Amino acid sequence: MSEKVGVYICHCGSNIAGVVDVEEVAKWAGENLDNVAVSRDYKFMCSSLGQELIEDDIKNEGLTRVVVAACSPHLHEKTFRRACSNGGLNPYLCQMTSIREQVSWVIEDKEAATEKAKAMISGAVRRVQLHEELQPTEVPVNPHTLIVGGGIAGIQAALELADAGYPVYLVEREPSIGGHMAQFDKTFPTLDCAACILTPKMSDVGNHPNITLMTYSEVEDISGFVGNFDVRIKKKARYVDEDTCTGCGICIEKCPKKIVDDVFEVGMGLRKAIYRPFPQAVPNFPVIDTENCTYFERGKCKACEIFCPTEAIDFEQQDTYVDVKAGNVILATGYDLFDVKRMPQYGHGRLANVFTSLEFERMCNASGPTEGKIVLRDGVTQPESVAIVHCVGSRDENYNTYCSSICCMGALKFGHLVMEKTGAEVYSCYIDMRTYHKGYEEFYNRLLEEGMHFIRGKVAEVTDAARIEEEEGKLIVQVEDTLLGIQRRVPVDMVILMAALEPRADAREVGLQFGIACSMEGWFTERHPKLDPVATMTDGIFIAGAAQGPKDIPATVAQGAAAAARVQGMVTIGTVKIEPVVATINEEKCSGCRICNTLCPFNAIEFKEEEQVSFINTALCKGCGTCVAACPAQAISGAHYSNGQILAELEGLLYDVVASNGSHAAQAEPEAVPA
Amino acid sequence: MTEEKFEPRIVAFLCNWCSYRAADLAGTARIKYQPNVRMIRVMCSGRVDPDFVLKALSLGADGVMIAGCHPGECHYLEQNYKAMRRFAMLKHTLEVFGVEDERVRLQWASAAEGVQLAEAINDMVDKVRALGPLNWPAKWSENGRVKAALERLPEEHAEAMEVPA
Repeated sequence: MSEKVGVYICHCGSNIAGVVDVEEVAKWAGENLDNVAVSRDYKFMCSSLGQELIEDDIKNEGLTRVVVAACSPHLHEKTFRRACSNGGLNPYLCQMTSIREQVSWVIEDKEAATEKAKAMISGAVRRVQLHEELQPTEVPVNPHTLIVGGGIAGIQAALELADAGYPVYLVEREPSIGGHMAQFDKTFPTLDCAACILTPKMSDVGNHPNITLMTYSEVEDISGFVGNFDVRIKKKARYVDEDTCTGCGICIEKCPKKIVDDVFEVGMGLRKAIYRPFPQAVPNFPVIDTENCTYFERGKCKACEIFCPTEAIDFEQQDTYVDVKAGNVILATGYDLFDVKRMPQYGHGRLANVFTSLEFERMCNASGPTEGKIVLRDGVTQPESVAIVHCVGSRDENYNTYCSSICCMGALKFGHLVMEKTGAEVYSCYIDMRTYHKGYEEFYNRLLEEGMHFIRGKVAEVTDAARIEEEEGKLIVQVEDTLLGIQRRVPVDMVILMAALEPRADAREVGLQFGIACSMEGWFTERHPKLDPVATMTDGIFIAGAAQGPKDIPATVAQGAAAAARVQGMVTIGTVKIEPVVATINEEKCSGCRICNTLCPFNAIEFKEEEQVSFINTALCKGCGTCVAACPAQAISGAHYSNGQILAELEGLLYDVVASNGSHAAQAEPEAVPA
Repeated sequence: MTEEKFEPRIVAFLCNWCSYRAADLAGTARIKYQPNVRMIRVMCSGRVDPDFVLKALSLGADGVMIAGCHPGECHYLEQNYKAMRRFAMLKHTLEVFGVEDERVRLQWASAAEGVQLAEAINDMVDKVRALGPLNWPAKWSENGRVKAALERLPEEHAEAMEVPA
């Protein structure tokens, strides 16, 4: 029985009709294409009247297939699938072809545009006749959510979910949650202290009955699919029993070993061998750093154990593994700071008084190594002049071409703090000032009024080689002032480098582990840059915060909340529909060669040893079709993108050549496709 | 299409996530390119079976473009690498058949690269136009050997077509 195809050509106002002769195309399709029962053109197919046209024709004309030639399917495929569904037709029996984005908007010549539209429609009409009815499969969603990363993004997401009544596993690599924000002093543009707004949230996380907090832990392994992930979490040995430790801190006090804290204090301060990163750490249990602990090094000391009032120290503790099930995952793994030593011209590590932005944050912080005093590396001298270098490692072809987005505002904040605390002159050397959110431009204006100096130009070098007397003993910032058109040498006491935000060094491995993609730079890729910013291509895996790209705290918090909202939606509904565009293996045809097994990056293809054939777990399959193309026995068929469908579209697209060379008209029937 | 001026017909396989969106973007930005390319959407450049390219040429297309996400940006993690490997093999085969290098092209185009995709299309159309018609079907009917060779291909190269991950 032949299909009855309905062809609908949208004018899109004049967007399509202004270039493509839509009436002619509709007439042509009705007369020349096989099995076309109805062919219409309409002003706006996506309008409710346009959709009703399709629904009515399905009901009254008995259409079995629908082709809509209009805008890109990325815009309205769902709309027309719904229209088909409303008309009583399986939504997958509809095919869209883009005669706006791919024809009328890119071709000026009207005749050529009309010809191309005909070819595209011919392809769609041929293809749609081979479409099959597809049904999305429904799977239950486990109500637990795994959140990876306990920075502000992860904290926000965890609290949103937990407050709404959903259980959360929050996994953090470091001994405490808090992330980068816990290291900061003030936050722009309001200058409220980071700790004052962050620590209440951190203790909420620590106390929340719906949050299982696992710090000093990492996700070891994850398998499964949306709604049903199996996760193995490695809890590194703390050598402190979490059940008995009260967090009194006597052990830390008594520990005789001091080492430089390279993580939380970025080398600016000291910590003990048994430590918590900072006083307000959540959880409050300390960790023993075995590399530096005297007992682990030499087999004696045990001062912490001797003084612990609750006998919580356990030198025999081992790494443990916890297996949990989760329905969804939110990755909020944050960023790394650019290693400024990669730019030796700025002298960090060689010139004592060159600081990174994070070092300066710690210095400003009242609980930091200098107790909030802004001083040179000697620990006592107040600077009289400070230069802030923007775009260190960002907007630079040699390092990262992107804008790190937070440094301009960070530099303004630093400028304010320096002037407030020391009265020093502050020079900001910027490429462009980017102060684009609520209250940011106002903050910039405030700094202009407060007397911060702005030099527009990228700093060439920071040096201590003085040329004149005034430069003796100073750091000289060599910069071209592009507004004045002159080279300047600015002698200062202190230089702050606004280091770029970079993807985590292990972002690609993490991406691979969770089955999500990274951009060229290494930021996690969102499903859609504008309309779906926290979902990823892998269902059930969401991203939030700076792991997705450089962003400031307000944007990070917004993404954390957004990811939580997306998860809540999934958990509330309780089941999830899985797109039926997946591959299946015809076991009769499968030779068991296992070529496809290693091709799938989602591990959706398993090999059944007993039957010696491969099998696709459709819940894991994302429908890319690579295995379909690779199967030498053509045993794998890709739903909605079968060989037959694609070849039919190909023949339709080339209808004019096929007709002119004659010999192929008879061979139009595509090669056998497995059902 | 008149006899005097040859207008090539080129088929482009665009991956759903990057290149099809690049084409969307070219449209939205009203970037003009030559009308000779007709598009087929596939989910991934890794879906493009080399047979599709041969089929397109055998049906009378003068050129085929396969467009996908940049290496490292594939929405299916790494399937475009598989497309790349198959492409290398396919080019080898096409060379044997005497199909000129410019007729089959692998193009990376991210969702942000509407301009680049349009430029690539224009470049390819110009080059294929300069080459003239491929006219495979006619050659085919004159000489059954091409078809026979094609049919033998998958068997002969079964081993080479294994794409290890």
